[in-house]
Amino acid sequence: MDGKSITAVPSSGLVREYRPRPDLFRAGCWIASGATVALLGFILGEILFKAWPAICKYGFGFLTGIQWAPNRDSFGVLPVLIGTAASSFIALLFALPLGLAIAIFLSENFLPPTIRQTIRFVVELLASIPSVVYGLWGIFIVVPLVQQYGSILANKFGFLPIFSGPVYGNSLLTASLVLALMVLPTITAISRNALIAVPPTLREASYALGATRWETILGVILPTAAPGIVASTILGLGRAMGETMAIAMLIGNSQRLTWSLLSPSNTLSALLANQFAEAEGIQVSALMYAALLLVIMTLLVNIAGEAVLRRAQRTVVGLK
Amino acid sequence: MNLHAETPKNFFTQEGTKTSVLRLFRNKFLTGLCIVLSLLTLIPLFSIIMLVLKNGLPLVSISLFTQLPPPPGLEEGGFGNAIVGTVLMVAIALTLSIPLGVLAAIFITEYAPAARFSAAVRFVAKLLTGIPSIICGVFAFAAVVMTTHHFSALAGGVALAILTLPTILLTAEQALLGVPNAYREASFGLGATPFQTIFRIVLPDALPAIMTGVMLAVARAAGETAPVLFTALFSQNWIHSLMEPTASLSALIYNFASLPYDYQVKMAWSASLILVTLVTITNIAGQLFFAPKHR
Repeated sequence: MDGKSITAVPSSGLVREYRPRPDLFRAGCWIASGATVALLGFILGEILFKAWPAICKYGFGFLTGIQWAPNRDSFGVLPVLIGTAASSFIALLFALPLGLAIAIFLSENFLPPTIRQTIRFVVELLASIPSVVYGLWGIFIVVPLVQQYGSILANKFGFLPIFSGPVYGNSLLTASLVLALMVLPTITAISRNALIAVPPTLREASYALGATRWETILGVILPTAAPGIVASTILGLGRAMGETMAIAMLIGNSQRLTWSLLSPSNTLSALLANQFAEAEGIQVSALMYAALLLVIMTLLVNIAGEAVLRRAQRTVVGLK
Repeated sequence: MNLHAETPKNFFTQEGTKTSVLRLFRNKFLTGLCIVLSLLTLIPLFSIIMLVLKNGLPLVSISLFTQLPPPPGLEEGGFGNAIVGTVLMVAIALTLSIPLGVLAAIFITEYAPAARFSAAVRFVAKLLTGIPSIICGVFAFAAVVMTTHHFSALAGGVALAILTLPTILLTAEQALLGVPNAYREASFGLGATPFQTIFRIVLPDALPAIMTGVMLAVARAAGETAPVLFTALFSQNWIHSLMEPTASLSALIYNFASLPYDYQVKMAWSASLILVTLVTITNIAGQLFFAPKHR
């Protein structure tokens, strides 16, 4: 018998000797957690590695170039970057008021809980509909609508550069409208949590001072929940920037630089979706460069969103 | 001095009554506005559901599930291969992501809950949920397609695995946190090792909640197009091996939606109907049947 074994009870058939063994299962779990952390690095590293030829060749000119011409090996993503930013911001412009209204609606007791539960379920359903289905629906419903009302807009307000013609159904506006629907659940869910987390004592104090419900909401609850609502907007922005399929089907995929919301545009994600399968040579590398930009942008936005959210939760805890 | 400005607003004066009527009106108006805006959101949702039902239902038949997509112009056939492809790729994704995600969740809740390393794992998992789905596709393209020189079901599965991993990890973590500590203490008190405690006590208790996370991940993975679009590509034929281009329902919708053939567009709608039904059933099943026990 070796010196390591310990016998607690004199050896009988019932008690086994305790031998310290390396905990293989613990090691397995550690490897799995390490692999998860490494995965993020691996994703970034792999994309950077494959993008390296394009980074060396085009450098920062890639960000400011306005031409994307694979046949001439000329790649610049400025119009695509602008398209990504514009579509995300317009989508937020529509989604924020709507999402906030629903969040207030769901956190107040305007209606009995069953109806609120139903609306919550419906919003969650919006989140679970696949992106391609939004795209298909957009092609048959939103594209004709934008075509129709877009020409009215262009006739009346054509003097504004953002509404100047010619009008296309597959345009920045179409993509942004559908995108607004897709980020709505994110904004609603996180804002609702922020509103619910406001301590009830604040609301009661406001009512006791004679404020009406909406004076309480606008003067007390919304300002208290503001950091959480800001976080919901930032995380919504992160989702909007990465959303791919519906946009690829609706935005018209044009790398031309225009001011008009009614003309085709492109986003980083849609560019990747449309060109990867047929890309060759340096174009693959240029697309990897674009993917790297996209992943860095979304990571930064998400880190900012998480940081604001964490701070928001701490503030509310401090109020209790 | 303006006397009026110094008079405190009083409910009993005539002035006070007027403002209070105004305040009450504003209150009612904003409530109405809030309700209208909320109901406004329901319109597109109902439009989507109605359209998917109206355009998708007429084509649903047995042959839709058993036949291959028709060549352009022909008006018969189905997308059996796409259904098989979607199921296969989701299965590959789960065989990769469930062990990895659950083991990592066990480590950060059971073995080292307070460690810096565990906080890092949690943070990275959160960041991975925020990575655009197309980036999963780009990564699988770089790591699998460019190394094997084939578009394949395997590459699609890897892309979907990266998509599902953070969901499974984070829900499994919540599931394990939901197991009462008294269970663990009782198990240790009876002389069980950590391994025995985890496998005989903690995991069985957390299993339903972990399954909820898996169902959510399945629903999300089945509907995603971007990760499989240029990793699995598409195919008109039945699948023979993991290393060849593979059809999927979501890629079929994308490819057929903009074709000039009426029948193909109808097939895209039917595929949407099946996908939405599948995703909704999985979501509801996950939440109903596997509802967490301790709340």
